[in-house]
Amino acid sequence: MIGLIAFYLFATVTIASAIAVIFARNPVHSVLWLILAFFNAAGLMLIAGAEFIALLLIIVYVGAVAVLFLFVVMMLDVDFAALRSGFTRNLPFGLLIALVLLAEIIIAVSAWRAGPALSGAGPREAAQPNIEALGQALYTRFLYPFEIAGLILLVAMIGAIVLTHRSRSDRRPQSASRQIGRRPEDAVELANPPVGEGMKL
Amino acid sequence: MNVAPILPEIILGIGAIVLMLVAAFAGRRSGGFTSWAAVLLLIGATLALIGAPSEAGAVYGGLVTADFFGAFGKSLIFLASAVAIIAAHGWFERGTEHSPEYPVLILFSALGGAVMVSAISLVTLYIGLELLSLAGYVLASYRRNDDRSAEAGLKYFLLGALASGILLYGISLLYGFSGTMNFNGIAAAFERGGPPSLGLLFGVVFVLAGVAFKISAVPFHFWTPDVYEGAPTPVTAFFASAPKVAAVLLGVRLCIDALGPATDAWRQIVIFAALASIFLGAVAAYGQTNIKRLLAYSSINNVGFALVGLAAGTPVGASSVLFYMAVYVVMTLGAFLCVLWMRDKDGEAVEDIYALSGLSQTRPAFAVALAIFMFSLAGIPPLFGFWPKLLVFQAAVDAGLVALAVAAIVGTVVGAYYYLKIVKIVYFDEAAPAFARVRQPVQGALIFLAAVAVSPLGYLLIGPLQSLTDRAAGSIF
Repeated sequence: MIGLIAFYLFATVTIASAIAVIFARNPVHSVLWLILAFFNAAGLMLIAGAEFIALLLIIVYVGAVAVLFLFVVMMLDVDFAALRSGFTRNLPFGLLIALVLLAEIIIAVSAWRAGPALSGAGPREAAQPNIEALGQALYTRFLYPFEIAGLILLVAMIGAIVLTHRSRSDRRPQSASRQIGRRPEDAVELANPPVGEGMKL
Repeated sequence: MNVAPILPEIILGIGAIVLMLVAAFAGRRSGGFTSWAAVLLLIGATLALIGAPSEAGAVYGGLVTADFFGAFGKSLIFLASAVAIIAAHGWFERGTEHSPEYPVLILFSALGGAVMVSAISLVTLYIGLELLSLAGYVLASYRRNDDRSAEAGLKYFLLGALASGILLYGISLLYGFSGTMNFNGIAAAFERGGPPSLGLLFGVVFVLAGVAFKISAVPFHFWTPDVYEGAPTPVTAFFASAPKVAAVLLGVRLCIDALGPATDAWRQIVIFAALASIFLGAVAAYGQTNIKRLLAYSSINNVGFALVGLAAGTPVGASSVLFYMAVYVVMTLGAFLCVLWMRDKDGEAVEDIYALSGLSQTRPAFAVALAIFMFSLAGIPPLFGFWPKLLVFQAAVDAGLVALAVAAIVGTVVGAYYYLKIVKIVYFDEAAPAFARVRQPVQGALIFLAAVAVSPLGYLLIGPLQSLTDRAAGSIF
């Protein structure tokens, strides 16, 4: 019962937020709706017993892809009004692609029902959960390439810093020791200007 | 868990991470320290190869092996990397930021090369190749204020990514049709009677194409001249030596170990790549006036000769490839160290070959060293560069590939033209303005050592080197 409720909840929110992605006026809102859709799709995967794919969806799609979209949308000056003006012109083409996709989905679903090779729905229940099995393979059999892959990521990080970071000379950082070491006589000048003559600077 | 078989890799990995932290916290001042520490680490890793890392056999569930072939390759890679670090000494210091990160990236690259030459599984092979290449992409664009360097980095990155894609596609085909990633398993799949399936053959072709890109063999060489010209000269010296050794040795192990039973399938590919590399490297260098471009074509040409030895597919052939690469590394590093010393009066680097005119009158010792490297690269007899060429031709003839050997010898003669042209410019042309004196005693000593090693005195090395290469080649058959 709770499983059914959860499925309908996740499925409804996924579809609703997917529709909102298309209809949102503000591109930033679109990306935020997309993130919601990804989260709910991850929930659906969790119900299906594919917890590794669920986590992958969150880490890769939400953590990397969607955030990258957000950066691009916010940092590049894309004129979305101009993009939207071509809506009617691109409509036939978009409909064509939608039709092709629909046909493919229908064929895939019917083939899945008919095919003798693939029987039953969902992944088989194993004694060992997916994540545990993957972790075991990564940290025992494939430990060596796994560690080297870690070094590859480190090199990517060093490379990004080396190629983009530059220390600028016109920067004025806070220097705590200089602030503390400042004496009143360096900063304050006391003067007693005579009446009618003003202050000489 | 026994870590002794991968001790050199562990030394390099941990050392590189520590040096990275030093570079991050000490900043620009630590350039000298990280360079020399990295050189020491590389020498230490080479010394650590003695013992277990050269005879432990397959470890980590058959993903890597610690055999003498790998140890030979690693020692070449580590020493070439150390020379590349020394070559950069005094190159990045003037006004460039991030000089301390250069040795760190070289260390990671050397580590990737070490993983490549000891890989006996397609997973390890790919991971090692990526580590080596990724560090290489960053190194190529290291002078980011220089447009040529940035262009070199971008070209290298895009084409390297394409080659990785091709290689991965081949790996997936090999895995799909043989059901295993291990070299032994793939060899067993080829041995399984009857002609090999089309899927396996396609896998072989794609994997070899990916490897050919990394060793810059024709027809996958297009990136080489541009990247070699644009990258900073010490980085070019590195590209021409360590990664090339790693990729050639990886190719040898792959062809012999995994694809041994399918020798007939890959031999024609290797023969084509060898001859095309020899002739294109010889002919295309004809009009080049930039010394780095010229040496890039020279490296394409030399890889062709190494592939001649591989085409033989015999233990003698593999041994000759190892011998060739060992001598090639010394020659090419010596030549690039000479290029590093080409500085005009203001200390700016010069790359035009006509700047070398009459060098024999202004700097006689420099001219002699350069002439030795050029004669040796051309393979002209009294010099040591002749001997490895003889070995690869001998191996090809022994394997019955007489036509290939004859064609390669013709290629040698064609290629000799541009090496001799440099010697002619150095000795017989009107003297150009003299180069500035470079005060780098360590580099000078290295040039001297390299020049002595490839001079006729090098023939004294034939005995020991031959026994090493024979033993190394014997360990993969």
